[in-house]
Amino acid sequence: MKEFVLIFRHSSNGHMAPTAEQLQERMNWLASIAAQNKLADKGKALSANLAKTVRPDGVITDGPYTEIKEFINGFIIVRTETIDEAVAFAQSNPILKAGGNVEVRAILTPGEKDH
Amino acid sequence: MQRRAEIQDDLLRKLFRLEQAKMTAVLFRHFGLQHMEVAEDIVSETFLKATESWRMTGIPENPEAWLYVVGKNKAKDYLKRVALFESQIKEQLTSGRSEQAEEPDFDQQTITDSQLAMIFTVCNPVNSQEAQICLALQILCGFSIAEIAAAFLTQTETIKKRLLRARNKLRGEGFQISQLSDSALVLRLDTVLRTLYLLFNEGYFSSSGKQLIRSELCAEAIRLTLLLVENPQTSTDQCNALLALMCFQSSRFEARINKAGENILFEQQDKQLWNRELIERGNFYLVNACSGNSVSKYHLEAGIAYWHTVPDTGNKWNTILQLYNQLLLIEYTPLTALNRTFAFSRVYGKEQAICEAEKLGLEELNDYHALLGYLYADIEISSAIIHYQKAIKLTSSNIEKSALTKELERLKRITNEK
Repeated sequence: MKEFVLIFRHSSNGHMAPTAEQLQERMNWLASIAAQNKLADKGKALSANLAKTVRPDGVITDGPYTEIKEFINGFIIVRTETIDEAVAFAQSNPILKAGGNVEVRAILTPGEKDH
Repeated sequence: MQRRAEIQDDLLRKLFRLEQAKMTAVLFRHFGLQHMEVAEDIVSETFLKATESWRMTGIPENPEAWLYVVGKNKAKDYLKRVALFESQIKEQLTSGRSEQAEEPDFDQQTITDSQLAMIFTVCNPVNSQEAQICLALQILCGFSIAEIAAAFLTQTETIKKRLLRARNKLRGEGFQISQLSDSALVLRLDTVLRTLYLLFNEGYFSSSGKQLIRSELCAEAIRLTLLLVENPQTSTDQCNALLALMCFQSSRFEARINKAGENILFEQQDKQLWNRELIERGNFYLVNACSGNSVSKYHLEAGIAYWHTVPDTGNKWNTILQLYNQLLLIEYTPLTALNRTFAFSRVYGKEQAICEAEKLGLEELNDYHALLGYLYADIEISSAIIHYQKAIKLTSSNIEKSALTKELERLKRITNEK
């Protein structure tokens, strides 16, 4: 088993005023992974409002926004045999329907070379 | 006459069990864990005397008081003997501390305090969960080794060994039981609640074992949890939630098993048989459990059990599903995953639930196949039959086997008629 981080990205803030249906859909999705005993960490939701970006030379800007105006809304960690399985989880996440995307990244174990 | 004697025996057995547990707790605390055997000897001598003299004279008007007088005298005798030994023989050999020379008290407060102290002593993580439950049954609930073996469907020898090992470990730990400080309580409370939760489940869910002993396990778990709830130091939100859960579950104890000992599915239970009083107690403790912001697995399970007791006004199964969702995020168990999928089917239909179920990967569990059999029954009868057959093969309980076979036969008849 290997651990993968699923990073949710979107150009709008999904935590601002989610509807009851949206919340439930997300929760069902998350619990479905947990029901397969493949949720390693339920992760965290990240604020898009109380956010700063710190750059060199004392430059601090409001918001998490990068140049492409897309930012990270949150993350979870899943435990699967292959990256394909983790990708399949990502593919069923409701954020895709709303125009967001999910980045899937293997977690490197200490000392593991990334090649 | 025969019948009356039986009833009296049963009453005595229950009285003895409870009073034995209380007296043992007081004496254990009084003499300390190093002298568990002394305490137990005094208790068993007391109850032997009771059996003998009550057979002649009948049960006294206040049997508890009778027992405590005798127990106290026996303790006094013991202390006298020890004092004699100490003064005449041992004096020059040792200067260390010996037994407390005071005699034990058996007033209500001491009994309650001692029982609480014993709960915290017995539920010690140095021992496995299983061993903790055995110890709890023996020391806190006054079960005999034979009764514990019957509850676990295990050989008495196995239980004897398990208890011996567990007691030695407890002694080695030297957990102080005379005074329980707040910090010791807080550190230990999670373990205590977990053990009581498992003790209850052992009685409620084990598909084997005699109905009588199972209901007694549940009753004991409730009695001990109630002791915690009634003590301000230990009456936490979690503790109240656990007690609420036990009340809700117990309210269905009679309704969920028919005369043949077969489990009756929730939907087919006669709701008239549900114990309203226990449901109301459950509501009371659940409200108490929600005084703060903490949400434990006991809260969620109690919430689920609560929602099972109310009629469906449209949102029932969705709420239950959400509670299962949260529960899974706190703790994964295969049973929770299966129950969650059942709730999912009630909200989103059986077809979608089949997709969810088949992802669970619990091929080796009978309950998994029973659930899939149920979900497929109206959709694809041939698949349902295969799953029921697998479930029957995997289950070790005869009662469950017969219930599954009944359903399988029904489906086969439908197929043949087509």
